[in-house]
Amino acid sequence: MNDRLPGFATLAVHAGAQPDPTTGARATPIYQTTSFVFNDADHAASLFGLQAFGNIYTRIGNPTQAVLEERIAALEGGTAALAVASGHAAQVVVLQQLLMPGDEFIAARKLYGGSINQFTHAFKSFGWNVVWADPDDVDSFERALTPRTKAIFIESIANPAGSITDIEAIAAVARTAGVPLIVDNTLATPYLIRPIDHGADIVVHSLTKFLGGHGNSLGGVIVDAGTFDWSKDNKYPMLSEPRPEYHGIRIQETFGNFAFAIACRVLGLRDLGPAISPFNAFMILTGIETLPLRMARHCENAKAVAEYLAGHPAVAAVNYSGLAGNPYNNLARKYAPKGAGAVFTFSLKGGYEAGVNLVSNLKLFSHLANVGDTRSLVIHPASTTHSQLDDAAKVKSGAAPDVVRLSIGIEDKEDLIADLEQALGA
Amino acid sequence: MNHDNYDDDYIRGILNGVKSIAMVGASPVNVRPSYFAFKYLAQRGYDMIPVNPGQVGKSLLDKPFVASLRDIGRPVDMIDIFRNSSHIMPVVEEALRLDPLPKVIWMQLGGRDDAAAARAEAAGIKVVMNRCPKIEYGRLSSEISWMGVNSRTLSSKRAPVPTQGMRLSLNRQSLGGGETAASDRATKNKTDPA
Ligand SMILES: Cc1ncc(COP(=O)(O)O)c(C=O)c1O
Repeated sequence: MNDRLPGFATLAVHAGAQPDPTTGARATPIYQTTSFVFNDADHAASLFGLQAFGNIYTRIGNPTQAVLEERIAALEGGTAALAVASGHAAQVVVLQQLLMPGDEFIAARKLYGGSINQFTHAFKSFGWNVVWADPDDVDSFERALTPRTKAIFIESIANPAGSITDIEAIAAVARTAGVPLIVDNTLATPYLIRPIDHGADIVVHSLTKFLGGHGNSLGGVIVDAGTFDWSKDNKYPMLSEPRPEYHGIRIQETFGNFAFAIACRVLGLRDLGPAISPFNAFMILTGIETLPLRMARHCENAKAVAEYLAGHPAVAAVNYSGLAGNPYNNLARKYAPKGAGAVFTFSLKGGYEAGVNLVSNLKLFSHLANVGDTRSLVIHPASTTHSQLDDAAKVKSGAAPDVVRLSIGIEDKEDLIADLEQALGA
Repeated sequence: MNHDNYDDDYIRGILNGVKSIAMVGASPVNVRPSYFAFKYLAQRGYDMIPVNPGQVGKSLLDKPFVASLRDIGRPVDMIDIFRNSSHIMPVVEEALRLDPLPKVIWMQLGGRDDAAAARAEAAGIKVVMNRCPKIEYGRLSSEISWMGVNSRTLSSKRAPVPTQGMRLSLNRQSLGGGETAASDRATKNKTDPA
């Protein structure tokens, strides 16, 4: 083998980027333009007909965005990626390629609350029916399969409780059923877990979180593992059948092992429209350059804070899979040996009231609805991100009324612990 | 030869080395993958020969169709087989009767016949299976990165100033070793757009 594969940190800095050919700019320029000139009519026609690679219009693609896409594809070990406006946009675009009205997909019950809402309510009006399964009970995915099942959706590290999903076991169910496994890898990032290595066919992210990492830009991404055969039966007509909008070309036949990413771009993004802005793509790209450094620090701090809280007399329980004795600790050791992430929940002996007090007494932690910022964040999921769920569903998704969620930043851990100490004592 | 994974160097060597490509199963229908690939490779400066017995008398981008490899009547460097796996062996057998032999037999995406590959390799012919030369060319030149594709190449070198259209990032040097000189050739020789 002559090919030497660069390491993760090298890819995080370099993949997809090259000094600008005209100016020599070393940082990736922000191509803040809506459109790109054609050379002539034939060139325009071949771009529109998907016969040539190139830029047309920023709703379909943009050079700054393309660098971001290639970088994430490289970090996740996929064949190609598509960046979109948000994590939620990524989920819509993915499922639009896979489901027709009346079809079903199976989703893990432990998910980001916004995803639970999107699947339950918004997707219902498209005729896409979600069937819930329990990520701690792999058989429940098998039981949920029907002839109309088109995909399985899980989070690698689940928001809010930070529990770890047995990706390989669920990938095996998906493989046997002949449906793709979609993994939302937002909370882990490819630094901690690379779902494709464990059998995922599609990876999605909210780039808004750890990948961008600085709490300043929304974005989402879809990564194609290149592993799924979309044409082996008639289940995925968007990929296997002639597309009338492109003179009858078949996407998989034409684009091979990155056909899914192309379908998401030329059928999903082009027609639904959730493009990422070049500026956001640039901000997130810059964030990714320090991903390995930040994630290592996030995880180190999270473990220290979790250990501190576990020893505090006011704390009833800490749900951090990086702690020995946590029910997910074995899965964490297997899937995320470099660290169990930096988002977890804990509950206070004083219940709901004590949780609300803690949130208002914290001085360094910011009370807001996001995770994966350089800054440490705190929220009470039951009254915010998961408020639309009923109490039973809140408990099942890891957001019981007495639970507080932390997203640990990259500050000095001593300062984070001191802030919690004063707030718990107040 | 491991036909599940190819080194970038192996593919790059082939794309840099061959000049003429006979495409068996080339289609004049402009939505077929073979048409896209034919046009793309012709624009990159390869001497393309369409082979399809059903199309004799017509031409593809001004290149006349021939009925079979035999009818080409001059040496070709590479045979690109745009046929299903079950139709590959007869094409390889025909290629093995050519004199001189082609240097490369390439089977398109979805096409794989290990027995046919073994026979070609025994005759000293390099084989690529289940790949598209258009995609591999686009990947190794990084042109395809405009579509978010993982080129698996890195470069800290400034790309050549674009002479035309989107051809900004051809001729990357990659950590995998080597560079794709074929793209230089294309940039020099071609005036039509990507
Ligand atoms: C795990 C997970 N997936 C998806 C999303 C949605 O992402 P976005 O807010 O970028 O649409 C979030 C946001 O909190 C999330 O935490």
